[in-house]
Formats: sequence, C-alpha cells, structure tokens
Amino acid sequence: MTTLLIAEHAGGTLSPESAKALTAAAALGAPVDVLVAGDAPDVVAQQAAGLEGVAKVVTATDGAFANLLAEPLAAQIIALADGYDALVMAATTTGKNVMPRVAALLDVMQVSDIISVEGPDTFKRPIYAGNAIQTVRATDTKKVITVRGASFTAAGDGAGPVPIEAVAVADLPALSAFVSADIVESERPELTSAKVILSGGRALGSKEEFERLVLPLAETLGAAVGASRAAVDAGYAPNDWQVGQTGKVVAPDLYIAAGISGAIQHLAGMKDSRIIVAINKDEDAPIFDVADYGLVGDLFEVLPKMRDALEG
Amino acid sequence: MKVLVPVKRVVDYNVTITVKDDGTGVNLANVKMSMNPFDEIAVEEALRQREAGAVTEVVAISIGPDKAQDTLRTALAMGADKAILIKTDETVEPLAVAKLLKAVIDQEGADLVIMGKQAIDDDCNQTGQMLAALLGWSQGTFASKLELSADAATVTREIDGGLETLKLTLPAIVTTDLRLNEPRRVSLPNIMKAKKKPIDEMDPASLGVDMAPRLEVITTAAPEKREAGIRVETVDELIEKLKTEAAVL
Repeated sequence: MTTLLIAEHAGGTLSPESAKALTAAAALGAPVDVLVAGDAPDVVAQQAAGLEGVAKVVTATDGAFANLLAEPLAAQIIALADGYDALVMAATTTGKNVMPRVAALLDVMQVSDIISVEGPDTFKRPIYAGNAIQTVRATDTKKVITVRGASFTAAGDGAGPVPIEAVAVADLPALSAFVSADIVESERPELTSAKVILSGGRALGSKEEFERLVLPLAETLGAAVGASRAAVDAGYAPNDWQVGQTGKVVAPDLYIAAGISGAIQHLAGMKDSRIIVAINKDEDAPIFDVADYGLVGDLFEVLPKMRDALEG
Repeated sequence: MKVLVPVKRVVDYNVTITVKDDGTGVNLANVKMSMNPFDEIAVEEALRQREAGAVTEVVAISIGPDKAQDTLRTALAMGADKAILIKTDETVEPLAVAKLLKAVIDQEGADLVIMGKQAIDDDCNQTGQMLAALLGWSQGTFASKLELSADAATVTREIDGGLETLKLTLPAIVTTDLRLNEPRRVSLPNIMKAKKKPIDEMDPASLGVDMAPRLEVITTAAPEKREAGIRVETVDELIEKLKTEAAVL
C-alpha cells in the first residue's frame, strides 16, 4: 500500500496546494511518494523531500513536462501507477486537467475535490456548488483523487530529507503544444494561499473604481485580491481573481467581502474562511448571514476610511 | 469538420438546493431543470464556429431519461443540426459517460468535441478529460477562446494565475469555461421548429458499455451552517474587533 502524490510546481517552486494535498494523501494511511515531473525537477524535488509525511521523491525529467500539460504528464503517471494504490493531486486547474485523464486510462472513477478523508476509500466532497456534501466510497481497487486545498492544512517540515530517485521517462505523446502563457505577475500574495483576502463585488461599479478602492487597501492589508463572479462578468476584475464555485475556493484567516451580495455561488468559495467581514450598503444582503462582522455602509466611504485607519 | 456537443439536463442554476432529511440525496421533485450552463456555452461555441465556416455539422448528444429530450430540443432550437439521446434512467458516472460518448464517436465519427468543463450538479469536472484519454485525443480544458484551422485547435485556457494558450492536434476535446461566449437566446419560431426535428435514440446496452457505478454514495448531507456574527457601526469599531477579538490584523 503506497500513495503517489503528483506535485504541482512553477518557476522552481513547489505549489503550496501540493503541500495541502500531501496532508490528504497522508490521511489515506499509507506511505506517500511524491512525483515531480518537470524539465528541471531537482530543486522542487528537494522542497518536496523536506516535507513531513513524504517517504520518497521520484523525479522524471523531460522538456515535455515544462508546462505540466495533461497528455505527457498523464502518460508518466500511468507508467508509474502499477506500484501505487492511490494517486493524489491538488484540485488546481492543473490537477483538474490531468487526473481525470489518468483515471480513465486506468479505468478508475475519480473522486474529485475531496474535503475530508473518512477512511482509505471513503471521502467527503461537495456537490451542487457546496449546497450538499456527499460521502462516497470508491470501490475501484486503485483510487484517483483530487484534493480541495482550502480544506486541508499544508504539511510542515519533515524530520530530515528523504531519498530522491530519478525514474525513466515514459513514452510521451505529442498531441498538444504549449504556445504562450499570460500570467499576471503581482507583488500581492496568491489567492489560494493568502492569509488575508479582500474581495470586491459589482457594487464597485467599474473597473476604475475597483482598482482605485480595492487595490490600495489590499496593499495596506497585505491581502490577496478577489472578486465575485458578478464583478468578473462585468469586467471589473480578471477571471483568475474570481472566488466561488466556478472560480477559486479559499479559506484565509480573514476574508473581507466588499460590495458582494453573497450569492450561493460566491459563498461556496469562501465560507470556510476563519473570519468573514461583510461590507455592504444593503443591510439584507445574504453575505451578512455568514459574516462574523458586518458593516452596513457605503463602500466608497468605508474602504478609504479603513485604509486611513490602518495606515494611521 | 463535425463537432459533437454533449449536453446534460441538470437542476436549473437559479434553484436553491435542499438536502433530503433522510440523507439519500437532494430534493429534485418539481424542480426546474435546464441545460447545464457550461454545455450551453459549448453549444453556442460550436454554432459560432459553424457560422464562421470552420465547422460543417453540430451534433448534440445527451445521456439520460426521456425528459433529456427537452435539453436536446433546446440545443436544436439554438441551431444544432442533429440530436442523439442515449436513453437511461440510471445515474451515469463521468467514466461511463465518457465510455458511452467514445462508443458513439467510434460509430458516428467526429473531429472535435466541445463540452462543458463540469456539470453543476455533481461538480465532477472529469468527463471531457476522460473522453480525451479513452480516444487518445488531445485536450484543451477550461477554454476562454477557441480558434480552429483544418488540422489544429488553438485554445486559450483559464488557469490559476492567468491564461495559457495551447495548440492541439485535431481531433481534440475542448471543455468550456464561463468567458468563452455568451449563449444566444432561442426565439419562439426556432423552439417550434425544434419540436419537429427528429431525435435519434440509442440504447446504452447496444453500445456495449458497463455503466455500473464505481462510487457508492453513503450519505448526502447539508453543509455545516455558518452562524451570522455581529454588526459593527463604524470602521474604527471593525478594525478594533479584528485586532483584538478576532486577532487577524
């Protein structure tokens, strides 16, 4: 019985989401190996080897892994799958892209987006945008699982580095090719790993006002910036800032919802935050039902005041 | 180029979901059902590609009960050329859906499949990737832009942190994200016309696919409810509470 966690990484850094998925992988009860596939996986492999609960790190080195495209990465995982009873990856856009391909090639029904491990084959997962929680038992001999990072704490540092072994690269299909990426470089923390998130909604009224009111306060707070789907649809904020069932699921220590009414879709993405603050002009907005602290007021006054109070 | 568009009949996205008291599932009696919103975007994209001349035929397909005909009629009313219903009253998991779709593609042929990235009922986000695997095709998931040439699809994908563009060798699977397009509204005359179009029916048994579920659903429960906290009157009071009571600043 061994579990294989597939690492996600970019720019020579292991994703914090992988450290959270490691906690879920370890909860299956078996030793956990970590696969780092990349064009130069060694630095990331060392980071993985330092994490608590890792038995061994295996590396696969090939230029085809540079952008973690689904077709080559799935082929590599399949080549290693015989030695493992469970294959686990974080439910990031990369994990969601790759793992069902792996599952189908193994004739396994994947368990997506688990939020708790109830036993080696039993898991909880949200359905209907988090409006219901299903407890499911996977009857396939092999398990293929993706993990919702917001529901697990990241694995800490281990006692000492564990072995790192290179494995043979599989026969990789060349069905798709990377053309370009448009990743927004930002000084702000990543949404999924931030301790504080300031999210703006449609009440901000325009892209200009969103940027004028939300971004400076986020900077003062050291917060990541999020947005409701309504704000994204209206073009006030880019899609990768979207928090909600169709965007990112987050669970920071502090989540501030500014001008967000609190559609079910949005609540599904942030209701596991430790402290929720709602700022809204409409005192009946559903967001107040989940907020620890509610402030009824005009964003255009409240947000600059908050910044002044924190800076002063 | 022939495009297959799988569409799923799901609870309408505006319906508030409630869980049955006995833990056996969610309440589906007398609830409004609609086409999965991501699938609607998929139908729209296939039609736009046909209108642009890149696609010649758009075939909608659904797997489900008789009532799934309504979903296919919507696709026909939007402008799909043809519709196929694989009729079953059973719950069909994504892996079995992918196998059924593969069997249909083996029979009917297709150069491209455009489908929703996930269904808003089970939220699995698996079927497109699984179908790509079973067919040995390339995949472009979470698409926000699609450009077709004779032998390739250039797909811009919504990924964590931004966008990524890939070039896929055809045949391929593309799954849709929200910003790909805004689906058209169907007109009444088109709805009337769609009622007269034939829907081909297929029996899953004839496709030779084992549909037995692999996941056993033990219980379905309502999520833990979060209690509302307190109201604060001023910004200063809010910041004070966050610093002392909540200790998050």
